[in-house]
Order: sequence, then C-alpha cells, then structure tokens
Amino acid sequence: MTAIPDPHAVAPAPSVRAPADADPPPPPPRPFLTRLGDWASDDIPAAIALVVLSVIVACSIFAPWIAPHDPTLQNYDIILEAPSPDYLLGTDDLGRDVFSRLIHGASASVYAAFLSVGVAALLGIPVGLIAGYAGGYVDEAVSRIIDTFLSFPAIVLAIAVTGVLGIGLTNAMIAVGIVFAPQLARLARARALVLKQELYVDAARCFGASTGHILIRHVLPNAIQPVLVQMTLLMAVALLAEASLSFLGLGMQPPEPSWGSMIARAYLYIQLAPEQMWAPGIAILVTALSFNTLGESLREALDPTSR
Amino acid sequence: MNPRETLTSPRSEASAGNVAGTAARPEAETAAPVISVEDLAIAFPSLDGRETVKAVDGVSFAIAPGETFGIIGESGSGKTTIGRALAGLLPPTGGTIRYDGEDLRGMSRRDWRDRRRRYQIVFQDPNAALDPRMTILQSLIEPMKIAGGRSPEEMKAEAMRNLDRAGLRAELADRHPHELSGGQKQRVNIARVLPLNPRLIVCDEVVAALDVSIRGEILNLFAELQREFGIAYAFIAHDLAIVAQVSDRIAVTYLGRFMELGPAEAVTERPLHPYTAALLSAEPRPLPAHLRAPRRIELKGEIPSPVNPPSGCRFRTRCPHAQGLCAQQAPEWREVRPGHHVACHFAGPDGLVEHASQQSSAKTDTGGDHR
Repeated sequence: MTAIPDPHAVAPAPSVRAPADADPPPPPPRPFLTRLGDWASDDIPAAIALVVLSVIVACSIFAPWIAPHDPTLQNYDIILEAPSPDYLLGTDDLGRDVFSRLIHGASASVYAAFLSVGVAALLGIPVGLIAGYAGGYVDEAVSRIIDTFLSFPAIVLAIAVTGVLGIGLTNAMIAVGIVFAPQLARLARARALVLKQELYVDAARCFGASTGHILIRHVLPNAIQPVLVQMTLLMAVALLAEASLSFLGLGMQPPEPSWGSMIARAYLYIQLAPEQMWAPGIAILVTALSFNTLGESLREALDPTSR
Repeated sequence: MNPRETLTSPRSEASAGNVAGTAARPEAETAAPVISVEDLAIAFPSLDGRETVKAVDGVSFAIAPGETFGIIGESGSGKTTIGRALAGLLPPTGGTIRYDGEDLRGMSRRDWRDRRRRYQIVFQDPNAALDPRMTILQSLIEPMKIAGGRSPEEMKAEAMRNLDRAGLRAELADRHPHELSGGQKQRVNIARVLPLNPRLIVCDEVVAALDVSIRGEILNLFAELQREFGIAYAFIAHDLAIVAQVSDRIAVTYLGRFMELGPAEAVTERPLHPYTAALLSAEPRPLPAHLRAPRRIELKGEIPSPVNPPSGCRFRTRCPHAQGLCAQQAPEWREVRPGHHVACHFAGPDGLVEHASQQSSAKTDTGGDHR
C-alpha cells in the first residue's frame, strides 16, 4: 500500500528527514536572473531596448547627480560651441551644456510617455471593456464617440485639448493621453466582445458573480495582452508627441529642458550649428525605437499560439 | 443486465447523511421538485433581426431531488438551450422556471445571484470553461470567493479536498488549464461547483468532448457525487446510449418541444413516439443479429428550421407514420402509461396504434444495415 504522503509530515523542524519513500521535492524554481538571461539571449533586440530604456529611466531619476553642469545655467562666453571634453555635446545658443540638458530632458520624456499612456489606459481600458461587455445601446454610443475621436488628426486634437487645459508639459501630456484613449478603448472593446462569449464567463455568472467581478477577474486579464502591446507602442508616439508639442511651445516651458524643446531651439540655429539637432534627435529616435522593439517582443512573448 | 443498473443502482444504498436527496428519489413524483419548468419558451431574434428562432417552444417538466433527468435530441432540438435556461444563463421568453418552488424573476440582482448558486452547469468543452490565466487552485476557489463567508485558508482547504474528491492529485493545483488533459479539466469543472452545495447540476454534453476511455470514469464520478450529496442532474446529450445508462427519466426533444418523456427503461425499451423509435434504431447495439431490432428506421431529411416549424405535429415532415391529422392538429401531451408522456396522435399504451404501424412497414428501410 502506498499511502498518500502527508504534506505536514515533511516537518516544521528542518532536522527531521523526510521519509525515504516520500515524493522527491519539486525542482526549485529557476532564479529570476537565469530566466531573464534566457529571454535576453532569445531576443537580443528586445534585451538591448530594455537596457537602453533602463539607462534613460536611470538618467531621468539621477539627473542632478549625473549631469556635469546645471542645465539652466547660461554662459554667454561659450555660445553654440562645438563638443569639447568639458562640454561633451557642446553648448546651445544661451551657452548651456547640451549634455546636461539632454540628461535632464530624459525625465521630461519619461514623465511625458508614462503620463500620457497612463491617462490613455485609465480612460480607454474601462470604457472599452464596459462597452464591449455591455453591448447594445451602450456599445453603439461609445463606439460612435470613439470613431469621432479617431477621425481627428491626433496632433490637432492634442493642440485643441491643450488649448482647453492650458499650456504646460502635464496638461499637454494629459491631452495626448485623451487623444490616445480611443485607440486603447477600441482594442479593449474588441477583446471584451469576444471574451464575454467565453464559457468561463458563463461559469462565473453561474456562480453568481457580479458584472464587476467578471470584468476585473476574467475579461480584463484576458483582454489586456494586445492592449499592453499597444501601450508600449504608444509610449514611442507619446515621446514624439511631447517633442512636437514642446516644439510648438505647448509642452515643456523654458528654461526647463526637454528633448522636443531642445530641437525646437536648435532649429533656429540650424545654419550656424546643425550638430545641435543631433543629440536630442538621436535621443528621441533611440528611445522611441526601444519602446517599439519592446512592444513587438511583448506581443510575441504574450501570444499563446507562438508558445 | 441493463448497463444502467451497474452505474446507478448503488444510489439506493447511499449513506444516511444524504437522506434528502437519495430517499426522495423512488417517490420522485411526490417529492417537491428541485426545479420545475412550465411551458418554457426561449426565442432568439434571427441574425437579420426580422424573424424569431423558437429554440424552445413550450416545454414542461420537473426534476426531483437526486434524480438524473436525461434530455436527448439532435443538434438544433433545443436541448442545450433548455440546459442554459435551467442554469439561469438564458432568460425565458415565456413560461416559468421554479427553483425549489420559487420563481426567481423579479428578485433583486443580488438576491438572484445568491439563489442561483445552487443550480450549476458543467459544460461540454472542459477547456473553455476554465479561465486560461488562472491556476487550477484559483479556479477551484473562485466560486467560494464569489459566494463569500469563508476565510482564505478554509477556501484553500475546501478546494484541495474537492480536488481530491474529484480524483485529482494535489500537485495539479498550481498548474494552468493548458497543462491538464481534457478529462482532468472536466474533473476540475465538477470539483469547483461542489462547495456551492448544488441542488441541480446541468450536465451539458459533459462527456462528448472526452476520449471514450475517459467517459466512463467521468460518468462514474457524477454517479458517486450524486450518491454522496443527493445532487439532481439534468443530463443533456445527443448520445442515447449514455443518457439511457445514467438517467432515471428521459425526455426526447425535437425542434424545441418534448416528444416523449418517461422512465429511462420504458423510453429505451418500449418507446411510444416514432421519433424515439427512430433514434433507438439508429443506435448501434452490441448484440447478435437475431436479438437486434430487425429494421433500422431511417429518417429522411434534416430537422426543419425553428423559424418556421411545421404545422400540427413538428415531427410530421420526417415521420414514417404521418397522416393528414398530423398536419392539422398539434398532438396533445398525453400520459399514456403511468409517468410516461408522449406527444403523438397514434401512441397507445402498447406503442403505436395498429393502423399507423402497418403503414410504416412500407416506408421503413428493409435493405438497410444487416450488421
């Protein structure tokens, strides 16, 4: 007779040995770093993107300690200088260190990307899930509103919303978030439409689950995957939107640096010092590319059919 | 020996702890039913919205505590729709469903959610009934969490107990559904409704998606749970052999109506309705040729559209015995033998009335299947 091993027999006291015929202990879960390493070697571009984004986030947090100079300190003796050991990326039209401004600008960019996508997720996902799950007139009404929003050119809508909310980086990015929200809402709605037909949703209804429980426990977790991917892709767009709005003077206000406003400023001197555009331009390019790469990788990793 | 006996007869020796369910079964007719359905009708708008599909159209029955009520029929007969209505997943468009004598319509949503918990359903597709992102343990705990009133430790202990009760190893608790076989998943689906203390479980084609080798085990699990807890089942299937094996009574559906309803043995051995007879004759039987029914009754054509059901008797378009009367008048739902109802003009206590069955011999398939 083989008795079922009693889980309590394995002992509170570590000195007591488990009986010899007990089941072998389950293999220990592999350490997080090993799994991270496996993933990185599987998907090198995504790993690079992750490193780049980590560096940028680190820069945005530790900017005051990393930056060699005060980003807003003006020095009229060294205007539009070429890169030198002291000023790694040269100086701008007011004699400010471009490298320091770039590092400080990272925080504006990260803030902009997360704020706008966060606003979009907070608005778009619940609206989309409720519309898709409720169906009927609710869905019709919400879908028409979404269509209306999507028919505007994004940047024009963002400018209009910023006009209402007032100028400033936070308001500008909330505006961008509102512009993004319908995209996420549409995705979430499409998933909710499919998921509400699932048998496990029927089963939960049969257990007496409330609509809220079903939406949060079943529909949201199963709908979130394409939405998450879209969110990382929107991060890249948000970065560019921040640059555009700051370029137009609606976003980050001088003298605080952001990559968009740096380009806007450098654009005025494009004939005198064209290299001024490079640093912030490349920073935007690399960051946007990283978000995109990570988004694509996430899409593949989360797709159950590719497993 | 009737195979049905082997599966269900031990019920009579059930433990004393479940008197309510098991003791009530023999006098099923007198015990207060777990669920009673009167003139149930369920209609859907058709895709273009201009017509209505009458999936279920006037069905009445009652299920006694601890009883297994079999519902058979072809695809499109409305049997799954009946099951979903019993589980409260589809609102009836006509008629009433009484749960332990109570009509739950008009209750507040919260009350209704609390009351419906004791009427559960197990689905055909064991995989789709489990959320792929939840572990087995989470799936087992979910019904208890929704019902409330238990601490997390109690819920976990109860879940593990039910996992074991359903014949699954404890280590499966941390797996995800895709790591389990179909039979294991179906066991989880059964185990997770047990904490709700169900009065009735609708078994909607519960073994149709499983390997033949697994079916018997799952059916035995259902039988054991019935013995132990006195649960009533509404057992829906298209497979007559399985329904006959597990059911106390059988209802035969056709185009949203019951054609025949009676004790399982009577329906399968001495059917009253020509449709039942045709279904039975199509069933392969593990018997030597001379013991089998001599002829197979072949039904011509497809089941008609439930948008425009035939006038009079719904089965008349495919019935080998159909006569003029059948088109003019819908047959009454008559109790022809004790506890055995049928909707056919020509059914008598000894089967079909003579003149009808004579005509039928010309139409039945004599050149058919000899093996």
